[in-house]
Amino acid sequence: MNIALSLHDLHKSFGATPIIRGVSLDVREGERHAIIGPNGAGKSTLFNLISGRTAPTSGTMALHGARIDGLPPYQINRRGLARSFQVTNLFPRLTVFENIRCSLLWSLGYRYNFWRRTDALADATERTEATLERIQMTAHRDTPAGVLTYAEQRALEIGITIAGDANVILLDEPTAGMSRSETDSAVALIRSVTQDRTLLIVEHDMGVVFDLADRISVLVYGKLIATDTPAAIRANEEVQAAYLGAAHA
Amino acid sequence: MSNTRRPLNALKIGTVALVALALLPHVPGLGSDFGRSLLSQMGIAVVFALSYNVLFGQTGLLSFGHAVFFGLGGYVAIHVMRAINHGLPLPMPLVPLAGAAGGLLCGLLLGAAMTRRAGTIFALISLGVGELVYAAMFMLPGYFGGEEGITASRTKGFALFGLDLGSQLAVYYLIAAWVLIAAGLMQAFARTPVGRMCFAVRDNAERAEFVGYDTHGVRCIAFAVGALFAGLAGGLHAINYEIVSADAVSAQRSGTVLLMAYIGGAGHFAGPILGAVTLTWLQTSLSGYTSAWLLYLGLFFVLTIRFAPGGLAGLILMHGPIFHTRSFRRVLASYGIALVPTLVMACGAVLLIEMSYRLSTQPELGSRMRLLGIAVDAASVWPWLAAVLMLAGGFLGFRGTWPRVASAWERASEEAGAHRAVEAS
Ligand SMILES: Nc1ncnc2c1ncn2[C@@H]1O[C@H](COP(=O)(O)OP(=O)(O)OP(=O)(O)O)[C@@H](O)[C@H]1O
Ligand SMILES: [Mg+2]
Repeated sequence: MNIALSLHDLHKSFGATPIIRGVSLDVREGERHAIIGPNGAGKSTLFNLISGRTAPTSGTMALHGARIDGLPPYQINRRGLARSFQVTNLFPRLTVFENIRCSLLWSLGYRYNFWRRTDALADATERTEATLERIQMTAHRDTPAGVLTYAEQRALEIGITIAGDANVILLDEPTAGMSRSETDSAVALIRSVTQDRTLLIVEHDMGVVFDLADRISVLVYGKLIATDTPAAIRANEEVQAAYLGAAHA
Repeated sequence: MSNTRRPLNALKIGTVALVALALLPHVPGLGSDFGRSLLSQMGIAVVFALSYNVLFGQTGLLSFGHAVFFGLGGYVAIHVMRAINHGLPLPMPLVPLAGAAGGLLCGLLLGAAMTRRAGTIFALISLGVGELVYAAMFMLPGYFGGEEGITASRTKGFALFGLDLGSQLAVYYLIAAWVLIAAGLMQAFARTPVGRMCFAVRDNAERAEFVGYDTHGVRCIAFAVGALFAGLAGGLHAINYEIVSADAVSAQRSGTVLLMAYIGGAGHFAGPILGAVTLTWLQTSLSGYTSAWLLYLGLFFVLTIRFAPGGLAGLILMHGPIFHTRSFRRVLASYGIALVPTLVMACGAVLLIEMSYRLSTQPELGSRMRLLGIAVDAASVWPWLAAVLMLAGGFLGFRGTWPRVASAWERASEEAGAHRAVEAS
């Protein structure tokens, strides 16, 4: 089995405070891998390290076998990794259509092109429209992202992440703050858009996690205490004590 | 749908602009050499302000040193003109291209370092670079000519098809042609992939990095494009005035172009055009009437920031949705009513400013003056009293009439909302 993303002994401290304390993890190609853990465990920080938002204090990371630690976010993205944010992070004054289109221009190879009319790029338009259809935002295509409802912004957040052709997708609490029915459709969306891709997802909703994930890792105070199948994680006593028990108590 | 509509619109706007630019210098009032010279200045300002907005409105870079590229482009152009005067076989109408090349080169060299950071840091760096270049110019008097600047002739030399730039009308037409080309190119740039990404970087630079874009690269390209067209405007300036001096690079020119873009409305492509035309007109006409014109300009700027953050373009576009409603006439009528106390208030303010200005800055001219066609004596108490009364009365009147505007607007936007709902169903 091929490894899509490999983390080795990652550490991250803010000042003197260690937040990530030696994380090693191999995410397999094509799997849906969930990371769970209590508030403040360092899940978002781990995502920030993987995506290049912050540099690790020590340790190494590899994407499809090539080292990515120390690279800026755009380099990591160009190598096929895209992420969403826990706190919605869009282009607020651009329309929904523009938000998506801007997110796939690089991966379609248009880069810093300054001699072609973007509207005339058939593949960009087509891919944008297909993505809008997927996240069910076609009706809002001309609305500025900043005035969408919260749930719509969350859907667009996912849309921006999957619009390009990244094959490793990181989603940070995509369903946070959603109602039951919104969560259900978000899960269906995530399932469909990560077909044939590798997914690493942080999620607090245990229903979603056990429904979606092939494997689960449990992060507690900056350390992974277990990585296993959902059934094994549910049965794991250490996990029960550290996390699930506390959450259900 | 929107894909097929856009280019057609651009063609239509381009044609209208072409005809308008061709006819303008023959409109009564603008048909004189003075009028044509004013139009030429406006054209130069339009290109400069549009170039500024590639940085500001499009990429979110607030520059306090954009005149650097206007000026350096202008110097390259004036030196090329001198070379043409001495026999270089280049047609004069192409000189702005030399300005553009100069602007682009300087933009790439300086921009690569300046655009590493955005936000406040960039703004401060741009201010510093502006001062630095201005000071450095006096250290190279051979090339920049110090205070006096460098002069050249636009009529001496190789003439293509017998075209020459002897008359102000010919100069105007040359500038108008370049305005059309430059505006078209900048509009086209905004629609290219990297042009679209400029807007994205303006909105959220961090997110742009996570979809594959090096924001430094995007800012750098925008900066170079802005510098290119600023240099082109500088080249037009060189042709129009036949002299380029240190003031072309000055902080004041950098400030003015910022005002033009902001007052016109940086959020819309046409905004800087409106701002450039309005401010150039104010500058030339006001400065003929009053030495306090800079103060009025500042006042105008402050009022725009406070009451029309979208600029003139924003004010106009705001009326788009209610234009077709039945209440639109009521809105216009309410404007008419509110205008009366506003004018009274403005007259009071002008009176106060002019009298204070006369007494404090030009006491040698005495206290008697003519204002708005009326003789006043600033030494007596009565005009001061009248001014204060007009200011206060106008203000109260304005407060009294404003609810009318507000309620007319409310009705119109309600109607517009209902109208849209019907259309959608
Ligand atoms: N830039 C930073 N500087 C200092 N401390 C930080 C920084 N980012 C995160 N932290 C701290 O690191 C710890 C882990 O934060 P993180 O956001 O990674 O947790 P999390 O597991 O995602 O929690 P949540 O479930 O609430 O999203 C927190 O105590 C937080 O205060
Ligand atoms: Mg988090």
